[in-house]
Amino acid sequence: MIKVEGLSKTFKVARRSSGFGEAVRSFFSPKFSEVHALRDVSFSIDEGEIVGYIGPNGAGKSTTIKVMSGILVPDKGECSIMGYVPWRDRVKYVKNIGVVFGQRSQLWADVPVMDSFELLRDIYKVQPANYKKSLDLLTETLNLGEILTTPTRQLSLGQRMRCEIAASLIHDPKILFLDEPTIGLDAMSKIAVRNFIKMINKEKKVTVILTTHDMNDIETLANRIIMIGKGQILYDGNLNNLREKFVTHKTVTVDYNENTSPLELDSASLLSWSKDRATYVVDIKKRGVSDIISELSAKLELTDVAVDSEPIEEIIIKLYKEHQV
Amino acid sequence: MKLYLRYLEILFKSQLQYRASFILMTIGQFFVPLVMFASIYFLFEKFGQIEGWSFFEVALCFSIVHMSFAISVCFMRGFDSFSKLVVNAGFDRLLVRPRNTIVQVLGSNFEFTRLGRLIQSTMVLIWALLNISIEWNAFKVATLIFMLIGGIFIFSGIFILGASLCFFTVQGLELINIFTDGSREISQYPLSIYKDWVKNFFTFIVPLGIINYIPLMYLLGRGPYNDILSMLTPLIGIVFIIPCLYVWKFGVSKYLSAGS
Repeated sequence: MIKVEGLSKTFKVARRSSGFGEAVRSFFSPKFSEVHALRDVSFSIDEGEIVGYIGPNGAGKSTTIKVMSGILVPDKGECSIMGYVPWRDRVKYVKNIGVVFGQRSQLWADVPVMDSFELLRDIYKVQPANYKKSLDLLTETLNLGEILTTPTRQLSLGQRMRCEIAASLIHDPKILFLDEPTIGLDAMSKIAVRNFIKMINKEKKVTVILTTHDMNDIETLANRIIMIGKGQILYDGNLNNLREKFVTHKTVTVDYNENTSPLELDSASLLSWSKDRATYVVDIKKRGVSDIISELSAKLELTDVAVDSEPIEEIIIKLYKEHQV
Repeated sequence: MKLYLRYLEILFKSQLQYRASFILMTIGQFFVPLVMFASIYFLFEKFGQIEGWSFFEVALCFSIVHMSFAISVCFMRGFDSFSKLVVNAGFDRLLVRPRNTIVQVLGSNFEFTRLGRLIQSTMVLIWALLNISIEWNAFKVATLIFMLIGGIFIFSGIFILGASLCFFTVQGLELINIFTDGSREISQYPLSIYKDWVKNFFTFIVPLGIINYIPLMYLLGRGPYNDILSMLTPLIGIVFIIPCLYVWKFGVSKYLSAGS
């Protein structure tokens, strides 16, 4: 469905050091330096996938989204989405996609949300019957009922984001690009947005590509992640594979009936110890967690066992470090 | 076209949200050109005439130019304030919608308050016409209408050119005001009072001369000009917008490949 091959994009950025003299000098002869936003980026995405597109700030996430939504033309490389070249067949192509820029609104600020939706209906030439159907579905699932008659500028961020997402789905797009859809939202709104994304992916087979800095988004939504750093793809694949590759340690916490001295184990270091609780960090390359637990249960009278793996954030940080981004 | 009307509807609703500001702006826009007009009035009070042009003849010229300007600034406000759309990346949003960029930029803004300006200049037009004896016929009525249309297109073309500049730089956009406001200021007098280079500039570069000089002479029954040709000259203004649209298109393609 989406095929991206060898995308490269270079921007010219004006450079200057600080200071008044420097500001004046660069006014007359600006110095430019080149920033490689994308270098040879390739991937393909199938229909119905949810892909998390992650990377640090300035890695090239937004540039990729802009190329894929027809806003930017790359210097090199090919991109074919549903048989269209986004920047060449812009008008025909963009009918099939919805784009949400989390930090910028697409709604008209001073009029009720409903008015914005109706204008979008006309922009996308949506048939009245289809419009009613999508609107009913969106109103119900995103719980928009009362806020449709409120002017956009009076909405809270969470309410606004729900409306933004609804607005980008009125024309029933096949692909949805979400650029940081949960930025700044409270926990409740985040969960609502995630559930909705899951729902439309499942019910309507909408392919979703989302960028985010919130690893919970990725963990609950995306089966597949593409990680980009300094314009290059660092990882493309399953979240579990990433874990397998990078999770080297797990923590095992055990509660037990009183024991007087700390128990040392092979291939596991004791992180903390008290009379009735101990925490071990297990090197899983050397020894399985179940093995550790069985040894513990043989020696102690266990009442509770908990196993935690590293949070995904730390894995990502490791990956960044490995690639020095 | 239908879509454009829908855009206007939403913009009108938005602007009405701020009632006091809407009313004050409209009144303000009524008085701005009134002050300019008053200065012309006092000028003639003192000198009686300029290069053979009487007060009401100049008033006629003034009103036609200002009416064209008022109408085009109403419609072209989106282009006039286009730099904002580039700076806040609103233009990206337009690009992901399946419509022509021109319709969308036109629909991004509309200055309803500029109607105050239009009302003022229409009043001057009526006053001028009541005080000049013109032998009216169908040609002359058509000429007057064509002058307005030509003017609207020329000013619109300038606005589009100015907006296209934003694709290349977002600095120094004040420059474009020399062309919009400057052209308006200069062309509110008949061109014959100016030096040659000014005349040439406003005939061959920004062809406002064709709407305010030849047809004006014809309306007033002066000069050796042919009826049909004089009647049609203002329509050259429509042609002026074509290269402007090409510059716009080039600008958009530049934007696409340069990013922001």
